[in-house]
Amino acid sequence: MSELQLQLNHLRELEAESIFVMREVAAQFENPALLFSGGKDSILMVHLAMKAFAPARIPFTLVHVDTGHNFEETIQFRDRLVERLGAKLVVGSVQAAIDRGELREETGYNASRNYLQTHVLLQTLEEGKFDAALGGGRRDEEKARAKERFFSHRDEFGQWDPKNQRPELWNLFNGRKHYGEHFRVFPISNWTELDVWQYIQMEGVELPSLYYAHHRRVFHRDGMLLAESEFVPRRPEEEVVEMQVRCRTIGDISCTGLWESDATNLEGIIQEVAVARQTERGGRADDKRTETAMEDRKKEGYF
Amino acid sequence: MSTPTEHTELLRFSTAGSVDDGKSTLIGRLLYDSKSIFEDQYDAISKTSEKRGEEGVNLALLTDGLKAEREQGITIDVAYRYFSTPKRKFIIADTPGHIQYTRNMVTGASTANVALILVDARKGILEQTRRHAFISSLLQIPHLVVCINKMDLVEWDEAVYNKIKDEFSSFSHKLDVKDVHFIPISALTGDNVVERSENMSWYDGSTLLYYLENVHIGSDHNFIDARFPVQYVIRPYRDEFHDYRGYAGRVAGGVFRKGDEVTVLPSGFTSTVAAVDTYEGEISEAFAPMSVTLRLEDEIDISRGDMIVRTNNQPESTQDVEVMICWFNERPLQPRGKYTVMHTSRSVRCIVKDVRYKLDINTLHRNEEELTIGLNDIGRVQLRTTAPLFVDPYRRNRITGSIILVDEQTNETVAAGMVI
Ligand SMILES: Nc1nc2c(ncn2[C@@H]2O[C@H](COP(=O)(O)OP(=O)(O)O)[C@@H](O)[C@H]2O)c(=O)[nH]1
Repeated sequence: MSELQLQLNHLRELEAESIFVMREVAAQFENPALLFSGGKDSILMVHLAMKAFAPARIPFTLVHVDTGHNFEETIQFRDRLVERLGAKLVVGSVQAAIDRGELREETGYNASRNYLQTHVLLQTLEEGKFDAALGGGRRDEEKARAKERFFSHRDEFGQWDPKNQRPELWNLFNGRKHYGEHFRVFPISNWTELDVWQYIQMEGVELPSLYYAHHRRVFHRDGMLLAESEFVPRRPEEEVVEMQVRCRTIGDISCTGLWESDATNLEGIIQEVAVARQTERGGRADDKRTETAMEDRKKEGYF
Repeated sequence: MSTPTEHTELLRFSTAGSVDDGKSTLIGRLLYDSKSIFEDQYDAISKTSEKRGEEGVNLALLTDGLKAEREQGITIDVAYRYFSTPKRKFIIADTPGHIQYTRNMVTGASTANVALILVDARKGILEQTRRHAFISSLLQIPHLVVCINKMDLVEWDEAVYNKIKDEFSSFSHKLDVKDVHFIPISALTGDNVVERSENMSWYDGSTLLYYLENVHIGSDHNFIDARFPVQYVIRPYRDEFHDYRGYAGRVAGGVFRKGDEVTVLPSGFTSTVAAVDTYEGEISEAFAPMSVTLRLEDEIDISRGDMIVRTNNQPESTQDVEVMICWFNERPLQPRGKYTVMHTSRSVRCIVKDVRYKLDINTLHRNEEELTIGLNDIGRVQLRTTAPLFVDPYRRNRITGSIILVDEQTNETVAAGMVI
């Protein structure tokens, strides 16, 4: 047999690696959760999990931290997906935590509920007694993520200690922990944004319509486009215009930047991503607060 | 960034260099010249360069991540970087070069196809260069590329390049490296990194990027010895799949096909592969590093930690394992100490029976007197396990030949080991 036949292309190799990591999680932990944000990375994660355990159902509970400030499509999409998979869904609600007085809403024009998510995430993981949480973080997204392990150990407070990470060699993943501690696991660590899109195209993975170019009422703020929404107060000078836009990443509506685009299908998106001159997180207001915003949030327990 | 295609392969390489050899500049250059840097990243580093009063944009800033590192101006952990060309997608494991970070170098090297070693043309081969070359050979990185950097500072002189090349070759002969390649470059100006150098017309070899795009990695996996560590047993508990029992795992060596006669370790039962399953359905064959699910003709009790192998080609099944280890923890190896060994999907307990010698990684001298194995030390030890492991020599298979040791009290990964 020629060796040429025994070579996987990069997407199949990444897929094999991610499936391997997911199966390790199912084998090494008692009660793993899969963090589902509704974004393309978590949709990809669900797709990979489906492939990893077929023909059985995925052995993870889906956990969604709901800021209450969503694009409507996200929730509809989530519910349909959960039904199709026959999976279990647990929703942690930021609104409920605010109502209970555990969290205080930020005020002002740049108010965002993204920072309130950490509290609700940790609470939901604790209440559900989840000992591992799978996330769709990728190392190419942000510089603090570049050093994240596949299996990332968290102390009892859910905190990450970047200086004291367990070495990770070959494909040996050490998920041992003391009572009360848990792990965050990132099976798609080695994928780039372009890999994700190419794979989605290759596999025909269904995505919410928000990812494709559509007409929407938007306004400019700090070099970004934000969606007009009852949840996002506008300054008087911020004028709403209709434009053709799409999302590159989806989060809380108040900080999800939209991009002017005419990519109405995957070929178009891949073209755009390939020549993109801004990282996808370049559209996220939450990363822009300080130079090390992501690292600081991760230490506290953010994804 | 050019778009990879369906035919794009994945190549992992590790970098190591002494402080100031220009490693960060080189990686920044590869990312920048292959158009993998985004405008906002570029703006951020140019702002930082300006704030620090640096002249021009410091591409090296692209590659350091954590705050502490930025403050101290050094790389202390393994950081992963990505770029791609139409031919290949590259994953760089960027590791610090100093001796106190040997463990990080070992970590970065463990999965690499290529080791990139940087030498400052003005300084020539240093102790650290030898150390990196040794670690690359210890971890059996199949290809080594030595970049002789800062050629602009030695008037692009061929004699300097040749002298360093000869010196490197004279000691790398003693190491277990199969494929060594030399390239004279300037990371700062970009000569021979992505574009051919006009200053070094005497050099007719390839540029670094061309090398990385074309080095043959097709035989880096073992396609001979069929090994399938069982990770997880799939039992759907659904009517339509009532009797389904699949063994999920990632092929660690060789090729598996329907009809193959296989033996399951440790039980020793023999059966036949009934199907190689994936989500899409049955496929004709599976090879490393594919993740698939195997079904067998016979009902045998199989669980995680078992290994499915070809009956006529089996690994060594043993409770006495000789390994070269690299120690990762502040607390030294405890002679007669007990640890958990993780090997493929299998975990067993072990006791350290004997420390054979400690290796001076600069001189390769074997020290049989002073046997304390502390942080970053490398040595040969003998382990006795509570249950058999199914191992191949690391030289033959990097997956079935590798282990890690876990401290049973702290749960930390304290060592990496290569089976001899
Ligand atoms: N003249 C010259 N300077 C270089 C070259 N490569 C790196 N440098 C400089 O060497 C210094 C150290 O480089 P850096 O990339 O930070 O080294 P690292 O510590 O190995 O990551 C910086 O001042 C670089 O600008 C080169 O090819 N030529």
